[in-house]
Amino acid sequence: MAQVSLDSVRKIYPNGAEAVTPSSFHIEDGEFVVLVGPSGCGKSTLLRMIAGLEDITEGTLSIGERIVNDVDPADRDIAMVFQNYALYPHMSVRKNIAYGLKNRKTPKDVIDAKVAEAAAMLNLNDYLDRKPSQLSGGQRQRVAMGRAIVRDPALFLFDEPLSNLDAKLRNQMRIEIKALQRRLGVTSIYVTHDQVEAMTMADRIIVLNGGRIEQIGTPSEIYHNPASTFVASFMGAPPMNLVAGELSEGILSFAGLDVPMTVDHRGPVTLGLRPEDLFIDAKGPIAMEVDLVEELGAHRLLHGRVEGQQLTVHLAKEIAAKTGPLRLSCDPSHLCLFHPDTGKRMDVRHKATPQARSNTTVESKA
Amino acid sequence: MKRAGFSTKWLPILLLLPQLLIIAIFFYWPALHAVTSSFYLQDPFGFGQTFVGLENYTHLTSSVEYLKVAKFTVLFTVLVTFFSLALALLFAVKADKVLRGAKTYRTLLMWVYAVAPPVAGFIGLLMFNQTWGPLSDLFKFFGWDFTLGVNYFDTAFAMIVVSVWKQVPVNFIFFLSGLQSIPRSVREAALLDNRSGTRRFWDITFPLLAPTGFFLLITNITYSLFDTFGVIDTLNKGEPGNNPMTLVYKVFVDGFRGNDLGGSSAQSVILMILVLALTVFQFRLIERRIHYT
Repeated sequence: MAQVSLDSVRKIYPNGAEAVTPSSFHIEDGEFVVLVGPSGCGKSTLLRMIAGLEDITEGTLSIGERIVNDVDPADRDIAMVFQNYALYPHMSVRKNIAYGLKNRKTPKDVIDAKVAEAAAMLNLNDYLDRKPSQLSGGQRQRVAMGRAIVRDPALFLFDEPLSNLDAKLRNQMRIEIKALQRRLGVTSIYVTHDQVEAMTMADRIIVLNGGRIEQIGTPSEIYHNPASTFVASFMGAPPMNLVAGELSEGILSFAGLDVPMTVDHRGPVTLGLRPEDLFIDAKGPIAMEVDLVEELGAHRLLHGRVEGQQLTVHLAKEIAAKTGPLRLSCDPSHLCLFHPDTGKRMDVRHKATPQARSNTTVESKA
Repeated sequence: MKRAGFSTKWLPILLLLPQLLIIAIFFYWPALHAVTSSFYLQDPFGFGQTFVGLENYTHLTSSVEYLKVAKFTVLFTVLVTFFSLALALLFAVKADKVLRGAKTYRTLLMWVYAVAPPVAGFIGLLMFNQTWGPLSDLFKFFGWDFTLGVNYFDTAFAMIVVSVWKQVPVNFIFFLSGLQSIPRSVREAALLDNRSGTRRFWDITFPLLAPTGFFLLITNITYSLFDTFGVIDTLNKGEPGNNPMTLVYKVFVDGFRGNDLGGSSAQSVILMILVLALTVFQFRLIERRIHYT
């Protein structure tokens, strides 16, 4: 177990493309950190640099107390779980799990004990003598996990380990991986493009976009206080509504909505509203034209337009809804404002609310 | 499962006919002919034939010369197969690691593939020429007086070298594509599991190349036994006399030079059975132990 530190780590490929701009972050011992972003955002490159599968162009990487920029992948004391499992197809499950230990000159009885322990933990006892091709996707993923666990590494790396599984299995494995990590307490870095995985598994999320870190924070910080319109639209399903509003004389106006704000900034702004912070109110200021009702069982989503701008509203299942005109209201304390050009979050709040929301309200929203 | 099919049964047969015809004319008919004529003693000038039963075969089993050629064939096949596979694998592994100039490297190696066996043999003749061949000169420098076509060992050496050289590119292409079909993540997983590159090769890469290797083993044995005819013929300079030759070449020499069609037919029948047995043996025994992804 170890801390991981990246100091201005940068990746430039030989063709000149900068896959990762200088990025720094620190991961605490035992922490579960998720790197999330769309494809091509550099999250996998970052993980592969930590694993030693890619060279680091600039900056320093340390695992534990050791700078490992030039250390062989096999000597970094890490274990990695790959997207397509990367099991050795010609070896039995037992040999797959034991291979890393065998090469570290572990005594045979220790290997046997560790393999047995990992197999019991992962429900693989009945499959130890099978070849990977005889296993289902979920079982293969468990073997890959077993291969990582037996090594007792300082750091686990996960490269989109669940994206080859079907939805049901993915939910199950998500919980298993998280529980296993909690139990073993091994520092973990997990790469995914799935924001649900990021939200549910992470202690802290690092959102990446275009090779740059957009935001680092706990899932609820990321969800409720996105640092940019990118984070706002990437995290959450459905994503945060982003609409054009106007700020003048400390009053934010959007559609029929007028909200007093803490800062006297003038001009257009991008207004961020989570779909669940909007609610039906016959006397509400916002007039919405509902185009589509999405029935999801546990709740409903209304998709429509307000003054020509797309808006989505989250409704509890008890509330009936139909297409057509509708009046809405919103809780102004949950508004986010973004700079219309840079997309960065503006540090302004609704006047009636305290400076920052307390943690308890944040938690209850999550 | 839905199966696509023809509405009449004559159409597929009609479509297969050209292929079947070619096989029948150039394979089954000569094979059948070889079997029948192996039981006859042919008049060298074509004036009839006498039924002799198995005499052609019994004659072969007691022939010292036949045994010598058979021994050489086995040795030749083993050496050519081994060195063509080993060298090709070595080149493929190296080529797989090359990032810059990989295409040039591959193209240069592939060129040899386009050389026909007799031409390869002719290049061998030039290279090993007793008086001015560059390779003979090189050997002379080390005190080896290389005499192609005169010394049995020297000629055999040249045959093996040329045959290997001719076969390496084919094996190289297959090994290289085999290497590149190993999932990158599997290699990377091995990179995390094992710091020794040599061990990684023998533990992971080599077993995953086994299907390719097995396929090449069979094609290379077949190549060494049969397709080296052109090389052997050229390097013997049409004077097989005391020079080394393989069983296939002996079939030709006895049949068309010695005009012993019956004996030659008996030899080719033996070869046919040998190849059949070898193939069945290889597929049955070895394939079972090889992992196919």
